[in-house]
Amino acid sequence: MVSTFFRNLLKRLNISPFSKKSHIKLGLYGPPNGGKSTLANKICLDWLGEEMNSAVSHVAHETREIIIKEQVNIKNKKGKQLTFSLVDTPGIATKIDYEEFLRKGMNKIEAKKRAKEATKGVIDAIKWLDQMDSVVVVLDATKDPYSQVNITIVGNLQARNIPVLIAANKTDLKKSKMDVIKAAFPQYEVVGISAKYGKNLDLFYEQLFQLAK
Amino acid sequence: MVTFQFVPYNDVEQLTSAKRINKLLNIVKDDRIVIMEGRLKKEEETELIEITMEEISSKFKGIELSVIYPDQRKQDPVRRMKGAFANILLGDRQGLTIIGPASLVKKIEQNPNKIELFTKDVSRKKIAVPRKKR
Repeated sequence: MVSTFFRNLLKRLNISPFSKKSHIKLGLYGPPNGGKSTLANKICLDWLGEEMNSAVSHVAHETREIIIKEQVNIKNKKGKQLTFSLVDTPGIATKIDYEEFLRKGMNKIEAKKRAKEATKGVIDAIKWLDQMDSVVVVLDATKDPYSQVNITIVGNLQARNIPVLIAANKTDLKKSKMDVIKAAFPQYEVVGISAKYGKNLDLFYEQLFQLAK
Repeated sequence: MVTFQFVPYNDVEQLTSAKRINKLLNIVKDDRIVIMEGRLKKEEETELIEITMEEISSKFKGIELSVIYPDQRKQDPVRRMKGAFANILLGDRQGLTIIGPASLVKKIEQNPNKIELFTKDVSRKKIAVPRKKR
Protein backbone atom coordinates (compact mmCIF):
# COMPACT_ATOMS: atom_id res chain seq x y z
CA MET A 1 0.00 0.00 0.00
CA VAL A 2 2.71 2.48 1.03
CA SER A 3 4.89 1.59 -1.97
CA THR A 4 1.87 2.02 -4.26
CA PHE A 5 1.19 5.43 -2.74
CA PHE A 6 4.77 6.61 -3.33
CA ARG A 7 4.83 5.12 -6.83
CA ASN A 8 1.63 7.01 -7.69
CA LEU A 9 2.95 10.20 -6.09
CA LEU A 10 6.19 10.05 -8.10
CA LYS A 11 4.26 9.42 -11.30
CA ARG A 12 1.91 12.32 -10.61
CA LEU A 13 4.90 14.57 -10.06
CA ASN A 14 6.36 13.22 -13.29
CA ILE A 15 9.41 11.87 -11.49
CA SER A 16 10.38 8.46 -12.74
CA PRO A 17 13.18 6.81 -10.81
CA PHE A 18 12.76 3.78 -13.08
CA SER A 19 13.91 5.71 -16.14
CA LYS A 20 17.40 5.75 -14.64
CA LYS A 21 17.33 2.03 -13.96
CA SER A 22 19.50 -0.08 -16.16
CA HIS A 23 16.51 -2.33 -16.74
CA ILE A 24 12.90 -2.69 -15.78
CA LYS A 25 10.66 -5.51 -14.61
CA LEU A 26 8.26 -6.52 -17.35
CA GLY A 27 5.48 -8.82 -16.18
CA LEU A 28 3.35 -11.16 -18.27
CA TYR A 29 -0.09 -11.35 -16.70
CA GLY A 30 -3.41 -12.81 -17.71
CA PRO A 31 -5.85 -15.65 -17.24
CA PRO A 32 -4.66 -19.28 -17.45
CA ASN A 33 -3.92 -20.73 -20.89
CA GLY A 34 -3.66 -17.35 -22.61
CA GLY A 35 -0.13 -18.12 -23.80
CA LYS A 36 2.04 -16.21 -21.30
CA SER A 37 4.66 -18.93 -21.06
CA THR A 38 4.68 -19.51 -24.83
CA LEU A 39 5.31 -15.79 -25.29
CA ALA A 40 7.97 -15.73 -22.55
CA ASN A 41 9.78 -18.64 -24.22
CA LYS A 42 9.53 -16.98 -27.62
CA ILE A 43 10.92 -13.65 -26.35
CA CYS A 44 13.87 -15.44 -24.72
CA LEU A 45 14.46 -17.58 -27.78
CA ASP A 46 14.45 -14.52 -30.06
CA TRP A 47 16.79 -12.39 -27.94
CA LEU A 48 18.80 -14.77 -25.77
CA GLY A 49 18.90 -17.77 -28.06
CA GLU A 50 17.38 -20.04 -25.44
CA GLU A 51 13.91 -20.62 -24.01
CA MET A 52 12.88 -19.37 -20.58
CA ASN A 53 12.13 -22.91 -19.44
CA SER A 54 8.53 -21.99 -18.77
CA ALA A 55 6.57 -25.20 -19.20
CA VAL A 56 3.76 -25.04 -21.74
CA SER A 57 0.70 -27.28 -21.74
CA HIS A 58 -2.89 -27.41 -22.93
CA VAL A 59 -3.88 -28.13 -19.32
CA ALA A 60 -4.53 -24.89 -17.41
CA HIS A 61 -2.24 -23.77 -14.58
CA GLU A 62 0.94 -25.28 -16.04
CA THR A 63 2.86 -22.28 -14.68
CA ARG A 64 2.38 -22.31 -10.93
CA GLU A 65 5.43 -20.33 -9.86
CA ILE A 66 6.83 -16.94 -10.79
CA ILE A 67 9.65 -17.44 -13.33
CA ILE A 68 12.13 -14.64 -13.95
CA LYS A 69 14.66 -14.19 -16.71
CA GLU A 70 17.10 -11.39 -15.97
CA GLN A 71 18.81 -9.16 -18.53
CA VAL A 72 16.66 -9.67 -21.59
CA ASN A 73 18.05 -7.18 -24.08
CA ILE A 74 16.03 -6.29 -27.16
CA LYS A 75 16.82 -3.91 -30.02
CA ASN A 76 14.56 -2.08 -32.42
CA LYS A 77 15.15 -1.10 -36.06
CA LYS A 78 16.57 2.28 -35.00
CA GLY A 79 19.19 0.51 -32.90
CA LYS A 80 17.64 1.50 -29.60
CA GLN A 81 18.08 -1.03 -26.82
CA LEU A 82 15.77 -2.04 -24.01
CA THR A 83 16.84 -4.26 -21.16
CA PHE A 84 14.33 -5.83 -18.82
CA SER A 85 13.77 -8.68 -16.43
CA LEU A 86 11.00 -10.81 -17.86
CA VAL A 87 8.58 -12.11 -15.25
CA ASP A 88 6.29 -14.97 -16.29
CA THR A 89 3.43 -15.30 -13.81
CA PRO A 90 0.84 -18.01 -13.10
CA GLY A 91 -2.55 -17.39 -14.67
CA ILE A 92 -4.99 -15.51 -12.46
CA ALA A 93 -8.29 -17.29 -11.84
CA THR A 94 -11.18 -17.09 -9.39
CA LYS A 95 -11.75 -20.85 -9.27
CA ILE A 96 -9.57 -23.95 -9.30
CA ASP A 97 -11.20 -27.36 -9.36
CA TYR A 98 -8.92 -30.37 -9.01
CA GLU A 99 -11.60 -32.45 -10.79
CA GLU A 100 -10.82 -30.51 -13.98
CA PHE A 101 -7.30 -31.96 -13.82
CA LEU A 102 -8.72 -35.46 -13.24
CA ARG A 103 -10.62 -35.08 -16.49
CA LYS A 104 -7.31 -34.29 -18.22
CA GLY A 105 -5.98 -37.68 -17.19
CA MET A 106 -4.20 -36.95 -13.91
CA ASN A 107 -4.59 -39.15 -10.88
CA LYS A 108 -6.23 -37.77 -7.75
CA ILE A 109 -2.98 -37.08 -5.88
CA GLU A 110 -1.43 -35.26 -8.85
CA ALA A 111 -4.63 -33.30 -9.48
CA LYS A 112 -4.95 -32.17 -5.86
CA LYS A 113 -1.26 -31.22 -5.74
CA ARG A 114 -1.60 -29.21 -8.95
CA ALA A 115 -4.71 -27.44 -7.63
CA LYS A 116 -2.93 -26.59 -4.37
CA GLU A 117 0.11 -25.22 -6.21
CA ALA A 118 -2.13 -23.32 -8.62
CA THR A 119 -3.92 -21.51 -5.77
CA LYS A 120 -0.55 -20.45 -4.35
CA GLY A 121 0.54 -19.36 -7.83
CA VAL A 122 -2.48 -17.06 -8.18
CA ILE A 123 -1.75 -15.47 -4.80
CA ASP A 124 1.93 -14.97 -5.73
CA ALA A 125 1.01 -13.43 -9.09
CA ILE A 126 -1.24 -10.89 -7.36
CA LYS A 127 1.39 -10.10 -4.71
CA TRP A 128 3.96 -9.45 -7.46
CA LEU A 129 1.78 -6.82 -9.14
CA ASP A 130 3.37 -4.06 -7.05
CA GLN A 131 6.87 -5.08 -8.18
CA MET A 132 6.17 -4.53 -11.88
CA ASP A 133 7.28 -1.49 -13.85
CA SER A 134 5.33 -2.45 -16.98
CA VAL A 135 2.93 -5.27 -17.77
CA VAL A 136 1.87 -7.14 -20.87
CA VAL A 137 -1.59 -8.61 -20.36
CA VAL A 138 -1.71 -11.74 -22.49
CA LEU A 139 -5.23 -12.70 -23.57
CA ASP A 140 -6.49 -15.56 -25.69
CA ALA A 141 -8.00 -13.75 -28.69
CA THR A 142 -10.44 -16.61 -29.26
CA LYS A 143 -12.08 -16.09 -25.87
CA ASP A 144 -14.49 -13.56 -24.41
CA PRO A 145 -12.33 -10.66 -23.16
CA TYR A 146 -15.06 -9.32 -20.86
CA SER A 147 -14.34 -11.82 -18.09
CA GLN A 148 -14.12 -10.27 -14.65
CA VAL A 149 -10.58 -11.64 -14.15
CA ASN A 150 -9.36 -9.63 -17.16
CA ILE A 151 -11.20 -6.54 -15.99
CA THR A 152 -9.83 -6.95 -12.45
CA ILE A 153 -6.22 -7.37 -13.66
CA VAL A 154 -6.38 -4.36 -15.97
CA GLY A 155 -8.25 -2.28 -13.36
CA ASN A 156 -5.62 -3.03 -10.73
CA LEU A 157 -2.76 -2.14 -13.07
CA GLN A 158 -4.53 1.10 -13.91
CA ALA A 159 -5.04 1.87 -10.20
CA ARG A 160 -1.31 1.29 -9.63
CA ASN A 161 -0.38 3.48 -12.62
CA ILE A 162 1.53 0.62 -14.23
CA PRO A 163 1.78 0.94 -18.04
CA VAL A 164 -0.13 -1.81 -19.84
CA LEU A 165 0.09 -3.40 -23.26
CA ILE A 166 -2.56 -5.92 -24.27
CA ALA A 167 -1.24 -8.85 -26.31
CA ALA A 168 -4.13 -10.60 -28.03
CA ASN A 169 -2.56 -14.01 -28.55
CA LYS A 170 -3.52 -16.95 -30.79
CA THR A 171 -4.44 -14.76 -33.76
CA ASP A 172 -3.39 -17.67 -35.97
CA LEU A 173 -6.68 -19.33 -35.01
CA LYS A 174 -9.75 -18.60 -37.12
CA LYS A 175 -11.89 -18.05 -34.02
CA SER A 176 -9.72 -15.13 -32.87
CA LYS A 177 -11.50 -11.78 -32.74
CA MET A 178 -9.13 -8.84 -32.56
CA ASP A 179 -11.92 -6.30 -32.95
CA VAL A 180 -13.67 -7.65 -29.83
CA ILE A 181 -10.46 -7.41 -27.76
CA LYS A 182 -9.85 -3.87 -29.00
CA ALA A 183 -13.42 -2.87 -28.18
CA ALA A 184 -13.10 -4.31 -24.66
CA PHE A 185 -9.98 -2.27 -23.84
CA PRO A 186 -10.20 0.91 -25.93
CA GLN A 187 -7.89 2.86 -23.61
CA TYR A 188 -4.95 0.51 -24.22
CA GLU A 189 -2.71 -0.40 -27.10
CA VAL A 190 -3.70 -3.86 -28.33
CA VAL A 191 -1.34 -5.91 -30.48
CA GLY A 192 -2.46 -9.15 -32.09
CA ILE A 193 0.17 -11.88 -32.05
CA SER A 194 0.70 -15.58 -32.33
CA ALA A 195 3.39 -16.44 -29.78
CA LYS A 196 3.41 -20.05 -30.97
CA TYR A 197 4.23 -19.17 -34.59
CA GLY A 198 6.01 -15.86 -33.97
CA LYS A 199 3.41 -13.90 -35.94
CA ASN A 200 3.48 -10.09 -35.61
CA LEU A 201 6.17 -10.16 -32.93
CA ASP A 202 8.15 -7.33 -34.61
CA LEU A 203 5.24 -4.99 -33.89
CA PHE A 204 4.96 -6.43 -30.38
CA TYR A 205 8.65 -5.70 -29.66
CA GLU A 206 8.24 -2.19 -31.03
CA GLN A 207 5.30 -1.69 -28.66
CA LEU A 208 7.48 -2.78 -25.73
CA PHE A 209 9.69 0.26 -26.35
CA GLN A 210 6.61 2.50 -26.16
CA LEU A 211 5.48 0.73 -22.99
CA ALA A 212 8.80 1.23 -21.23
CA LYS A 213 9.12 4.93 -22.11
CA MET B 1 -32.68 -24.69 -6.35
CA VAL B 2 -30.64 -21.53 -6.68
CA THR B 3 -30.71 -19.02 -3.85
CA PHE B 4 -29.83 -15.38 -4.36
CA GLN B 5 -28.99 -13.11 -1.45
CA PHE B 6 -29.19 -9.39 -1.95
CA VAL B 7 -26.60 -7.38 0.00
CA PRO B 8 -27.54 -3.71 0.18
CA TYR B 9 -24.77 -1.12 0.13
CA ASN B 10 -25.71 -0.01 3.66
CA ASP B 11 -24.84 -3.48 4.98
CA VAL B 12 -21.23 -3.32 3.84
CA GLU B 13 -20.57 0.42 3.75
CA GLN B 14 -19.09 0.71 7.22
CA LEU B 15 -17.15 -2.56 7.16
CA THR B 16 -13.40 -2.78 6.68
CA SER B 17 -12.21 -4.38 3.43
CA ALA B 18 -11.39 -7.66 5.18
CA LYS B 19 -14.78 -7.84 6.91
CA ARG B 20 -16.62 -6.91 3.72
CA ILE B 21 -14.86 -9.65 1.76
CA ASN B 22 -15.40 -12.21 4.51
CA LYS B 23 -19.09 -11.37 4.69
CA LEU B 24 -19.51 -11.91 0.94
CA LEU B 25 -17.41 -15.08 0.89
CA ASN B 26 -19.31 -16.58 3.81
CA ILE B 27 -22.57 -16.18 1.90
CA VAL B 28 -21.02 -17.76 -1.20
CA LYS B 29 -19.57 -20.65 0.81
CA ASP B 30 -23.11 -21.25 2.02
CA ASP B 31 -24.01 -22.00 -1.63
CA ARG B 32 -25.86 -18.76 -2.19
CA ILE B 33 -25.35 -16.26 -4.99
CA VAL B 34 -24.59 -12.75 -3.80
CA ILE B 35 -26.10 -9.76 -5.53
CA MET B 36 -24.44 -6.76 -3.93
CA GLU B 37 -25.48 -3.19 -4.49
CA GLY B 38 -22.39 -1.28 -5.67
CA ARG B 39 -18.98 -2.77 -6.22
CA LEU B 40 -15.77 -3.53 -4.40
CA LYS B 41 -12.71 -1.34 -4.82
CA LYS B 42 -10.13 -2.56 -7.37
CA GLU B 43 -7.76 -3.66 -4.61
CA GLU B 44 -10.62 -5.40 -2.82
CA GLU B 45 -11.37 -7.41 -5.94
CA THR B 46 -7.83 -8.80 -5.97
CA GLU B 47 -8.03 -9.35 -2.21
CA LEU B 48 -11.24 -11.30 -2.78
CA ILE B 49 -9.42 -13.50 -5.32
CA GLU B 50 -6.48 -13.99 -2.92
CA ILE B 51 -8.70 -14.98 0.00
CA THR B 52 -10.75 -17.23 -2.27
CA MET B 53 -7.56 -19.02 -3.31
CA GLU B 54 -6.54 -19.47 0.33
CA GLU B 55 -9.89 -21.03 1.11
CA ILE B 56 -10.08 -23.43 -1.82
CA SER B 57 -10.58 -27.03 -0.74
CA SER B 58 -12.18 -30.16 -2.11
CA LYS B 59 -15.55 -28.69 -1.07
CA PHE B 60 -15.06 -25.04 -1.99
CA LYS B 61 -13.81 -24.67 -5.56
CA GLY B 62 -13.77 -20.92 -5.85
CA ILE B 63 -16.08 -18.25 -7.14
CA GLU B 64 -17.57 -16.78 -10.27
CA LEU B 65 -17.53 -13.01 -10.17
CA SER B 66 -19.06 -10.32 -12.30
CA VAL B 67 -19.38 -6.59 -11.84
CA ILE B 68 -21.86 -4.46 -13.75
CA TYR B 69 -20.91 -0.83 -13.68
CA PRO B 70 -22.01 2.02 -15.93
CA ASP B 71 -19.31 2.93 -18.43
CA GLN B 72 -18.55 6.52 -17.51
CA ARG B 73 -16.84 7.18 -20.84
CA LYS B 74 -20.22 6.74 -22.51
CA GLN B 75 -22.00 9.16 -20.16
CA ASP B 76 -22.43 12.82 -20.93
CA PRO B 77 -20.49 15.27 -18.68
CA VAL B 78 -23.62 16.41 -16.78
CA ARG B 79 -24.56 12.85 -15.90
CA ARG B 80 -20.98 12.06 -14.94
CA MET B 81 -20.93 15.06 -12.62
CA LYS B 82 -24.25 14.03 -11.07
CA GLY B 83 -22.83 10.58 -10.47
CA ALA B 84 -19.69 12.03 -8.87
CA PHE B 85 -21.80 14.17 -6.47
CA ALA B 86 -24.01 11.20 -5.63
CA ASN B 87 -20.89 9.15 -4.86
CA ILE B 88 -19.58 11.83 -2.50
CA LEU B 89 -22.90 12.14 -0.66
CA LEU B 90 -24.13 8.55 -0.63
CA GLY B 91 -21.04 6.46 -1.38
CA ASP B 92 -20.36 4.64 -4.63
CA ARG B 93 -23.46 2.48 -4.80
CA GLN B 94 -23.64 2.45 -8.58
CA GLY B 95 -23.57 -0.91 -10.28
CA LEU B 96 -24.07 -4.46 -9.07
CA THR B 97 -21.66 -7.17 -8.03
CA ILE B 98 -22.59 -10.80 -8.55
CA ILE B 99 -20.58 -13.50 -6.78
CA GLY B 100 -21.51 -17.16 -6.93
CA PRO B 101 -19.88 -20.40 -5.81
CA ALA B 102 -18.01 -22.08 -8.68
CA SER B 103 -19.61 -25.40 -7.71
CA LEU B 104 -22.98 -23.90 -8.61
CA VAL B 105 -22.29 -21.19 -11.18
CA LYS B 106 -20.64 -22.33 -14.38
CA LYS B 107 -20.05 -18.89 -15.82
CA ILE B 108 -21.37 -15.38 -15.87
CA GLU B 109 -21.36 -13.74 -19.28
CA GLN B 110 -21.65 -10.03 -19.82
CA ASN B 111 -23.18 -8.95 -23.10
CA PRO B 112 -23.85 -5.34 -23.97
CA ASN B 113 -27.50 -5.53 -22.94
CA LYS B 114 -27.74 -8.31 -20.39
CA ILE B 115 -25.94 -10.51 -17.90
CA GLU B 116 -26.29 -14.25 -18.28
CA LEU B 117 -25.62 -16.56 -15.38
CA PHE B 118 -25.23 -20.22 -16.24
CA THR B 119 -25.65 -22.67 -13.41
CA LYS B 120 -24.10 -26.12 -13.29
CA ASP B 121 -27.48 -27.84 -13.09
CA VAL B 122 -27.88 -30.69 -15.57
CA SER B 123 -30.89 -28.94 -17.04
CA ARG B 124 -28.61 -25.90 -17.61
CA LYS B 125 -30.66 -23.11 -16.17
CA LYS B 126 -30.04 -19.70 -17.63
CA ILE B 127 -31.02 -16.67 -15.62
CA ALA B 128 -30.97 -13.38 -17.46
CA VAL B 129 -30.63 -10.14 -15.53
CA PRO B 130 -31.69 -7.21 -17.73
CA ARG B 131 -29.21 -4.40 -17.76
CA LYS B 132 -30.10 -0.82 -16.99
CA LYS B 133 -30.04 1.43 -20.02
CA ARG B 134 -27.19 3.89 -19.91
